Amino acid sequence: MSQTKPYRVSHLDALEAESIFVMREVMAEFERPVLLFSGGKDSIVMLRLAEKAFAPARIPFPVMHVDTGHNFAEVLEYRDTRVATLGLNLVVASVQEAIETGLVRELPDGTRNRIQTPVLLAAVEKYRFDALFGGARRDEEKARAKERMFSFRDEFGQWDPKNQRPELWGLYNGKHHPGESIRVFPLSNWTELDVWHYIAKEQIPLPSIYYAHDREVVERGGMFYAVNEFIRLRDGETSEVRRVRYRTVGDASQTAAVLSEADTVEKVIDEVAATRITERGATRGDDKVSEAAMEDRKREGYF
Amino acid sequence: MSQAVLETETAPAARMDLLRFATAGSVDDGKSTLIGRLLYDTKTIFADQLEAVEAASASRGDEYTNLALLTDGLRAEREQGITIDVAYRYFATPRRKFIIADTPGHIQYTRNMVTGASTADLALILVDARKGLVEQSRRHAFLTSLLRVPHLVLCINKMDLVDWDKAVYDKIADEFTSFAAKLEIGDLTIIPVSALNGDNIASRSENSPWYDGPSLLHHLEHVHIASDRNLVDVRFPVQYVIRPQSTTVTDYRGYAGQVASGVLKPGDEVMVLPSGMTSTIAGIDTADGPVDEAFPPMSVTVRLNDEIDISRGDLICRPHNAPAVAQDIEAMICWMDETAPLRVGGKYAIKHTTRTARTVVRGLQYRLDVNTLHRDEQAGELQLNEIGRVRLRTTVPLLADEYRRNRTTGGFILIDESTNRTVGAGMIIEAQ
Repeated sequence: MSQTKPYRVSHLDALEAESIFVMREVMAEFERPVLLFSGGKDSIVMLRLAEKAFAPARIPFPVMHVDTGHNFAEVLEYRDTRVATLGLNLVVASVQEAIETGLVRELPDGTRNRIQTPVLLAAVEKYRFDALFGGARRDEEKARAKERMFSFRDEFGQWDPKNQRPELWGLYNGKHHPGESIRVFPLSNWTELDVWHYIAKEQIPLPSIYYAHDREVVERGGMFYAVNEFIRLRDGETSEVRRVRYRTVGDASQTAAVLSEADTVEKVIDEVAATRITERGATRGDDKVSEAAMEDRKREGYF
Repeated sequence: MSQAVLETETAPAARMDLLRFATAGSVDDGKSTLIGRLLYDTKTIFADQLEAVEAASASRGDEYTNLALLTDGLRAEREQGITIDVAYRYFATPRRKFIIADTPGHIQYTRNMVTGASTADLALILVDARKGLVEQSRRHAFLTSLLRVPHLVLCINKMDLVDWDKAVYDKIADEFTSFAAKLEIGDLTIIPVSALNGDNIASRSENSPWYDGPSLLHHLEHVHIASDRNLVDVRFPVQYVIRPQSTTVTDYRGYAGQVASGVLKPGDEVMVLPSGMTSTIAGIDTADGPVDEAFPPMSVTVRLNDEIDISRGDLICRPHNAPAVAQDIEAMICWMDETAPLRVGGKYAIKHTTRTARTVVRGLQYRLDVNTLHRDEQAGELQLNEIGRVRLRTTVPLLADEYRRNRTTGGFILIDESTNRTVGAGMIIEAQ
């Protein structure tokens, strides 16, 4: 803790203290918490906060990856290494398996964002998870700006924006009936820049795709998609090798890269501070559907 | 749109601190426009967000880019042009990171303003210069005082529509100052602005040569909040007991929590409530190693030199400076449930710091009219958004301070035990 004057607390220290408080509240009040881990930077920061909240004990809950089957190899490798290092129990909820067993049906366009939701809800039911930590931040999107730190979900996993519990002081109400659950967002008050400053401060390793690298990409609607097994060139398209990095890591078939020379955390911070486009706007095909795309997905039980 | 006037260079993150503020006002007062302006002038609005808002404004037939659309997030809000809930917004300057709790102003949203104000360092109230103080302005000032928000800013907006007339500013400022004098408001700043044009928002405006105070952003950046914390009364509510089940760490027993107030140091003599047992602090741990002292709002783990039975809901304090150990509580309650009123005899779960108990309402002394401050002592219940003074009896003692002295150990929520909804917010006046 840096102290240039007595009892000074930087904004990052204050955010960290709040997130740790929230995680400990959940551990104290719930039976079966789980941390949703995508291998993205927000869930990586959340995992770091969980480490800090319970040290010197191990993280006292499992992590769950809702796996669309459309993964970046670097991210899967990172996930497995991290889970092994921390001695965690990993639950994988597989969309591919769910398609094979008939729980969900592959959409005609092959995207799997929307069909993740039933797979997530089935895993919650199977393992009887009652609290799910998610890495969502309120600065990401307008519907998220209105969601609580403790977000109540009914027995169908649905969010009702008009029927949210008031949150006062640090008093979170996690009470629920069997079958209902609470989504908990410890990073609610963090911004993209806060996350990067924290990654720098804590020297947290990230999957390499977050930093600038050369990659074969195809430009679609101003976004740069990696050409790989999930994204193939359409007629008339040509690919090229560009220097890119990923600002967000989601489903590999829908997440685009941005042109970037930022190959260190410091350079990424400078880039994020100077950028004029939101991270979801720059990289997520799935948010472009309608003005209320995120709100609608959350109502259905999305993260 | 005017040129943004502020440079937001990447500041060394370690030097920034955090200010939380709540805004209150109706759409008509230009609150969303003011917030949009703050975000715009601090370059927090991104190109894609601005494009989306410009497109939405054009399709609605607005004559100018409607910055209010930036903050109204839910489908119902956009369709009806209203704000239905607390929304949180973020921006930063090289000095500070800001969290805005943006709450709608109408009386049916008292619940939301109370929620937003509960964690705020500062409250920002807007009035329309053409209309002057209205019932709603007084209500917002009262709620700021009730929730003990340490700093209050009154923005007199739409000054461009009264030709920047100093007499208009003076009249509203005088009226508000005399009203605020009846409340407990520590620090009041009054700023003439035009949110639409950006006057006195990010920088001082040439349109108000007679105004010699700060711009809004300058004030937000410089208002002194470090002294608002209570560093005197040691209050450490125990959240969770850390006992690693591991072969490498043995015999570790630490009490995890967030410091509510005061400063804890290794070696300090402490008392644990409700047992009253005493011990000394053996060490204060964080994942980054032990620290020499812990103060609000740090989340730490405290170890003691004696083996005492301590669990979640207990509280560590100093032997000669302890909160009340109380089952009879006098409190102001803001009722938040639309399905059923608070009634004498009603039973609820009560959450206070990290302790949850049950409580029964023993009496309702009065209901307060939040517009006139009139006390109705004949009232038999509190409806949604009503505020009153109640007497509670709890099943187990709370470790409680007066809210005016400590917002953490003086605040509580009531929970309906059948629906699990949060139905009330309480501020303790007296505990015994």
